[in-house]
Amino acid sequence: MLSVKNIQFQYNPDLKFQVPDISMSAGDELLILGKSGSGKTTILNILGGLLKPQSGEILLNNTKLNLLKGAELDKFRGKNIGIVFQKPHILAPLTVEENLKLANFFVGEKGDQNLNLLKELGIFDKRKAKVNTLSEGEAQRVSIARALANHPKLILADEPTASLDDENAQAVIRLLQEQAKKHNAALIIVTHDQRVKDHISNHLIMGGLS
Amino acid sequence: MNMLKLSWKYLIAKPLNTGLNILLLALGLSIITVLILIQDQFENKMTKDAEGIDLVVGAKGSPLQLILSSVYHIDYPTGNIDMKDAKALEKNRLVKKIIPLGMGDNYQGYRIVGTNHDYLQLYDAGFDTGKEWMKPFEVALGFEVAKKLNLKVGDSFVGSHGIGSSSHEHDEHPYIVTGILSQKDNVLDKLILTSIESVWYSHDEGHDHDKFEADVSISGFPDTEEDREVTSLLLQYRNPIAAVQLPRFINSKSALQAASPSFEISRLFELLGVGVKLIQGLAVAIIIIAGLGIFIALFNSLKERKYDLAVMRTLGASSIQLFVHIVLEGVILTLLGAILGIVIGHGFLAVLVMQNEQGAISGLSAAVFLQEELWIIAFAVIVGFVASLIPAWTAYQTDIAKQLTKS
Repeated sequence: MLSVKNIQFQYNPDLKFQVPDISMSAGDELLILGKSGSGKTTILNILGGLLKPQSGEILLNNTKLNLLKGAELDKFRGKNIGIVFQKPHILAPLTVEENLKLANFFVGEKGDQNLNLLKELGIFDKRKAKVNTLSEGEAQRVSIARALANHPKLILADEPTASLDDENAQAVIRLLQEQAKKHNAALIIVTHDQRVKDHISNHLIMGGLS
Repeated sequence: MNMLKLSWKYLIAKPLNTGLNILLLALGLSIITVLILIQDQFENKMTKDAEGIDLVVGAKGSPLQLILSSVYHIDYPTGNIDMKDAKALEKNRLVKKIIPLGMGDNYQGYRIVGTNHDYLQLYDAGFDTGKEWMKPFEVALGFEVAKKLNLKVGDSFVGSHGIGSSSHEHDEHPYIVTGILSQKDNVLDKLILTSIESVWYSHDEGHDHDKFEADVSISGFPDTEEDREVTSLLLQYRNPIAAVQLPRFINSKSALQAASPSFEISRLFELLGVGVKLIQGLAVAIIIIAGLGIFIALFNSLKERKYDLAVMRTLGASSIQLFVHIVLEGVILTLLGAILGIVIGHGFLAVLVMQNEQGAISGLSAAVFLQEELWIIAFAVIVGFVASLIPAWTAYQTDIAKQLTKS
């Protein structure tokens, strides 16, 4: 379902990243580990279609992601890729539920499953709340719910546990795994957080600069 | 969720900022609204009141004052003229019609104007109840006078000397109401009309009951051998040549002065124009400041919102949608500002009119909506669009990856 081949990316001639080839099928999990500066966030950005690689091919659900452009790419990303960031980045003027609905709106989905999703993530009671009334853990769960609102084929998580305590970190990883399985989506977590290592067996370790 | 709702949510997330910008814009636009309303109605009213009057003849003095006092009844008369001079003018072949006016008294601030029935015809005035005056001291009331003073046909009142409300009363000669004019929305509404004879007799010493029983003149000048005065004359030209010759002819005669309403009024608007331009300039300045305020508010909020915008892009929003999102905010702001401005403008005019029941503005109405007000809304929306262009362009160009990785 996801296949990444021969990806090369460079910010400038001296800083070149060689991305290892990746191949995943639905429901697979992958943990990308590495020190900061090793380029793991860059990989995530490339996989998410936020950065364009200089060469290589990304195939997601039979679509060549690297060939998409502009609004087409935005719609494809919104529909097929759910991204969870280190910080929750909930849109503060909107309520929890509206954050999900906005994700639905941008790709033209109805969002029938939003309330179920919020229930499963244990934040149903907070659906009318604004982000500033949520705890860190709750906010991160909202961002997961929002990433899942359009039933993506690929879930990307960038340091999702970095700012959470042990208990919340564990909960977030468990939720990501559960939901990825449930939606039959591939899950890629990028982290330097050693706490995550034990939960996912499939590791990719970034060596740093090539 | 849709674009409109999204922009709205972001606006109300900052109620103080949003409210202030709307208010500032509304203030500028309300000034423009008031100006447009007053100007339009004033010009309309002024033209309507002067319709059919080609020339006003009165005592020497300011021609503008003559027009204001004799046509619009808002200024003091320049003085009186000898009726012999007036009658001589009546025989002039260039004059088609001549209507004498006699002023000097008022009742509760409403002017009592002595004239003949031609004056009613000039404005095509009809009666709600009753009929024209036929004897001395019979009066017809303008619609507003009757309403405000609560007078009916058959009622009587005593006039006071002077044009404004005041001084001593002519208690020996009460006026009797014989008719109430229907509403015309012009100067007649605020006048108490009677015969020239009434005005003369009320100022005479002693009573001559035979005179009081005689019918008054209905057209032209009263038939009398006495030495009498009138205040001014309203003239209609017989032909276009009159417009050239008559004013010059009259002005060269020592005792009289002729003034053309259309000329004097355009001169008045020219004079007022400076003030109007000044206020307009002020309003435009306020609107520009409001536009800048909106620009600065959007631009500043963009700094805090780059993250939000980047997140929206990851959720599937296209660059164009972000552009629209920001432009919509500017446009919603200014649209609300325009509507509020128009409401404030009308409200302000309503208060103004309420406080000046007998002044020059009292004939204006706040409940009139003009096509120009739609232009105000369009203008405001353009201001909003222009003010949000640069912020929207910045939003359009947001580099998602860069935004999200720098934390």
